[in-house]
Amino acid sequence: MRSATPWSDVVTYLVEATGETLYMVGVSTVIATVLGVPVGVWLQLTAKGGLRPNAAVHRVLSFVTDLGRSMPFIVLLVALTSVTRLIVGGSIGSTAVIVPLAVGAIPFVGRLVQNILSEVHVTVVEAAITTGASTLKIVRSVLIRESLPALINAIGVTVIALIGYSAMAGVIGGGGLGDLAIREGYQRFNDRILWSTVAWLAVLTTVIQLGFTRAARASDRRRHASV
Amino acid sequence: MITVENLTKSFQGVNALNGVTLDVQAGTVLGVVGPSGAGKSTLARCVALLERPDSGAIRVDGTDITSLDGSALRAARRQIGVVPQGDSLLRQRTAAGNIALPLESAGVPGPQRRSRVGELLDLVGLTDKAGAYPDQLSGGQRQRIAVARALAANPSVLLADEPTSALDPETTGSVLTVLDRARAELGVTVLVVTHDMGVVRKICDDVAVLEQGRVVEHGKVLDLVGDAGSRTSSALLPAVDLNPVNESSYDRVADVVLVGFAAVGALLPEVANRFGVELNIVGGGLTRLGETPVARFRLGLNGERSDSALEWISEAGGAVQRSLKGPQGVAA
Repeated sequence: MRSATPWSDVVTYLVEATGETLYMVGVSTVIATVLGVPVGVWLQLTAKGGLRPNAAVHRVLSFVTDLGRSMPFIVLLVALTSVTRLIVGGSIGSTAVIVPLAVGAIPFVGRLVQNILSEVHVTVVEAAITTGASTLKIVRSVLIRESLPALINAIGVTVIALIGYSAMAGVIGGGGLGDLAIREGYQRFNDRILWSTVAWLAVLTTVIQLGFTRAARASDRRRHASV
Repeated sequence: MITVENLTKSFQGVNALNGVTLDVQAGTVLGVVGPSGAGKSTLARCVALLERPDSGAIRVDGTDITSLDGSALRAARRQIGVVPQGDSLLRQRTAAGNIALPLESAGVPGPQRRSRVGELLDLVGLTDKAGAYPDQLSGGQRQRIAVARALAANPSVLLADEPTSALDPETTGSVLTVLDRARAELGVTVLVVTHDMGVVRKICDDVAVLEQGRVVEHGKVLDLVGDAGSRTSSALLPAVDLNPVNESSYDRVADVVLVGFAAVGALLPEVANRFGVELNIVGGGLTRLGETPVARFRLGLNGERSDSALEWISEAGGAVQRSLKGPQGVAA
């Protein structure tokens, strides 16, 4: 019977794995946001009743988006190996995981963003049109600004989802908290590491979720009634 | 200033507009009224350049604006300030920020933008609400901000689509006052689309009645009220026949419409004196169209010269609408 891993070692493990997770998730979230928001905007612009309705473009875009969203992440992780090698110069490690994470998250963000933008009331959008605003101006000042609180929440949801996906990073040597729990905890029967990781993941996701909720509320001008 | 010529528009085979022609003189207020489904909203959306008509023209200062695209279309939109139906303010922007939106689109630089926004807040009487968000404003205040926004880029035409439909009567007054002030102080030409004849009563110079996509009545409000058969007169003037008149006790019974202070105040006593007739008001009443007092009275006359008296009223500018009793041909 092997003695339990000392707590100081557990902490070292957790710190290292947290760094890897935050690195993978952080970078891929930024990429997914930068590329996914335009996808969502484009989806909404070309939708029926959008600012630039175009059924053909919308249908193709929708198809690709839904295809991307329906792909199991672990499949994407291995299927994209050659693409990953092309972009980051290698196919293993934390950096390599960023590519499939971002690719998987772009359609996810795109669809979330479109749903949110479609909630902006048509009267408000038309009022902006009658002021002579350009499409770009309406996208920026009306669609995105009016739904900013919801968009910030959506990014929060994306981060949490990506933390979940990143648990599979171990398959290509990406490390992170999920990998720690599976490889060091579960497969080596190390309950202390397994449960510490689980508890730490719960704390981490709660804190992240709370942070995004706060940020969303801070950006919202609607609830400041009766000042 | 703005003319609508033979406008037609149909949706899936249903004709919403069947050749609508309107003319609004510079600096006047035209009310477009009519029942639900008459085509009011479609007309408003066409004038707001949100909908393209199937045929016909909308001219602002003589230029047709219905077939523009791109930046020319956006420039034309700035010529027409629109107060849309319903809540249309950006909820994430302050009152001042909302008013600034058209100025941003027009590329007006910051300092000028701020001073213009200040003028408009002053015009609509909400200077103290500059930093308030729409959720902190009442419905009437939000609508006044929407009017200010519509006026921001100095349009020559202001279009208001049902500006008072969601408001209580008291608040309605404050919004109409602002529209009226826009005309008076900025000289803007106003087109109000509404189902509420109260709007016509309070601020409109002209009225157009729309029914089934056609203009069935169009003219000056004060002219139309003198026309007994007009929809405008029956909608705006006091009813005369609430109490049945004992007609047998009069030689003549007739309805007259009197417009203006002088006519309402002095005409009837004078006619009684001049013709030596007994003259009683047996029905109707007094109302006000804008600033002008307008009366519709049912008169009962006794005396030999009753017909001459009615004729004289008619010549003096009172519209004698019908002679309910007495020889035909007396009525104007």
